[in-house]
Amino acid sequence: MLLLWSVLPLIVTLWFSLRRYNLMNPSRTGFDGLGNYRYLLSDPGLGLAVWNTVLLLGSVLVITISLGTLIAILLDQEFYGRGFARVLMLAPFFVMPTVSALLWKNMMMHPDNGFLAFLMRSVGLQPIDWFAVAPLTSIIIIVSWEWLPFAVLTLLTAIQSLDAERKEAARMDGAGPIAMFRYIVWPHLGRAVAATTMIETIFILGIFAEIYVTSSGGPGFASTNLSFLIYRYVLMEYDIGGAAVAGLLAIVLANVLAFFLLRSFARNLDT
Amino acid sequence: MATVDLQQLRKSYNSTEIIKGIDLTVRDQELTVFVGPSGCGKSTLLRMIAGLEEITSGELRIDGQRVNDVPAAKRGLALVFQSYALYPHMTVAENMSFSLKLAGVRRAEREAKVMEAARILHLEPLLDRKPKDLSGGQRQRVAIGRAIVRHPRVFLFDEPLSNLDAALRVRMRQELTKLHRELKATMIYVTHDQVEAMTMADRIVVLQAGVVEQVGTPMELYRSPRNLFVAGFIGSPRMNFLTATVTSVSETGMAMTLTDGTTIHAPLPASALGIGDTITLGIRPEHISLGVEGSIGAQVNLVEHLGSESYVSLQANSGEVLTVRVSGESKIDPEETVRLALDTDFLHLFDATGQRIS
Ligand SMILES: Nc1ncnc2c1ncn2[C@@H]1O[C@H](COP(=O)(O)OP(=O)(O)OP(=O)(O)O)[C@@H](O)[C@H]1O
Ligand SMILES: [Mg+2]
Repeated sequence: MLLLWSVLPLIVTLWFSLRRYNLMNPSRTGFDGLGNYRYLLSDPGLGLAVWNTVLLLGSVLVITISLGTLIAILLDQEFYGRGFARVLMLAPFFVMPTVSALLWKNMMMHPDNGFLAFLMRSVGLQPIDWFAVAPLTSIIIIVSWEWLPFAVLTLLTAIQSLDAERKEAARMDGAGPIAMFRYIVWPHLGRAVAATTMIETIFILGIFAEIYVTSSGGPGFASTNLSFLIYRYVLMEYDIGGAAVAGLLAIVLANVLAFFLLRSFARNLDT
Repeated sequence: MATVDLQQLRKSYNSTEIIKGIDLTVRDQELTVFVGPSGCGKSTLLRMIAGLEEITSGELRIDGQRVNDVPAAKRGLALVFQSYALYPHMTVAENMSFSLKLAGVRRAEREAKVMEAARILHLEPLLDRKPKDLSGGQRQRVAIGRAIVRHPRVFLFDEPLSNLDAALRVRMRQELTKLHRELKATMIYVTHDQVEAMTMADRIVVLQAGVVEQVGTPMELYRSPRNLFVAGFIGSPRMNFLTATVTSVSETGMAMTLTDGTTIHAPLPASALGIGDTITLGIRPEHISLGVEGSIGAQVNLVEHLGSESYVSLQANSGEVLTVRVSGESKIDPEETVRLALDTDFLHLFDATGQRIS
């Protein structure tokens, strides 16, 4: 039963990937062998979509974890209004992806009346049309904003679990703030960083709403990732077979990434 | 080679004063033990000396030099924590050499110092292990090794043995005493266990509620506790206390009656006392003998056999509960009625305010 639950979708996808199946052309059925694969692999959009997926994931991971660590350390310090700052920091996490994408598109990055445009104009710069000029960067910014709270939350929890006496021992041993971070705090965060990376990877590989709402994958394929490519096949070209192949590719990619991540973290976690 | 001087040292958190003006000199090469009940401020005082806790007022001097504002790492002290506080991702060798590495000591010298400490503490076979693969006693030794490699002016210990089981605690206690002799170092050792204090200390500082009650060698504290608190705290089982009223005072001795009317004669010239004064009479369990003769009547409550000796808990006719030490071979049953004789050479008398009368 459990096997069916986990494997059935994969088998169905595999099945469709081998068939001719286009919703616009129901009369064309039957096996196509590797035809779908050949067609997809020759599609210039595919390479770009894979690259965009990886780039999106990598950038968001780097941004959320480095910035998240910094913010977590700041939020761990004693200061007036710390509780309030923590709540504020976590707020974006509760905004739905569609809503946050709309928010960014219309209020922050809009070339005419967006907040960023206002900022740039006020320092005498020409505002840029974010989604036309730098669509992928814009999406990276939005997704990072959405996932930063999660990273801060897990990292802050980890920092707070660090034994106070261990830090004091390091202080007695002569560790200043930098040595303290490098030799005591960062190694302690290994587990939390691994967990954050893993969970973010799972969700960010499938980012869709943010792209759909803002750039629609364009211009061209400039901000199309794999999941958006699948959508393009199905809903713009009604090609289930092609979509299935792209879906399989996404699964392969996810597994390859998961494998490398797991392996590198398995080494770290062995402490 | 170091002395530590505390002058009117105070510490407050918000408005509550925890350390209430402590004057103390920790002498060179001595092992000084801070002992006192839980919450009396021992750890706080030690952490103030270490530099982990700010000093609210007063002066702290190490080797005569004021160090109130010197950061922890620069005071030349090493602290061994109760929880060991080892670095879990570093090996034993890395744990021990961490401070040297931060100080920029060259690798060869670092290794030599680690080997030296490992030899003293018998840690050589464990140098490549991580802390999680060590037993409690071994971790404790690594924590001590981490202090030794720094050649600190003063070693500070905060209840380093309290996480170990009883047998190991006794062994580590002896090892630490030996280590102190070998290193000829100045050490301050915090514990709430008066047995540790008695067995290890050159000098004991008894603390209560943020003040020093008495400073002295273990035997000084045992023989002449300055007040009721120290009398009750030092010695195990604790000293027995009986309330009494003075009935006569002379040059050669005095007499008093217990609450049940029993008269006790003591060869103590207590000139400070007057007839009718209420005092507390203290006597240790080992200075009472139990038999058919004796001035005090009592009934046995409970007998605890330790093998070589037994402790008998009794209810005296005057109402107080007393503990008496007897030989392990004595046959005493609960409910038995007995008589107690006090060895009056070892009587301690305390006035109504709890101060010793000598
Ligand atoms: N950061 C703090 N803020 C307020 N009060 C504190 C703080 N740290 C300690 N105290 C108080 O100071 C007192 C002394 O604490 P301390 O840890 O020095 O006791 P201790 O003698 O070491 O006790 P124990 O034997 O249980 O370790 C306690 O009453 C404690 O509640
Ligand atoms: Mg303590």
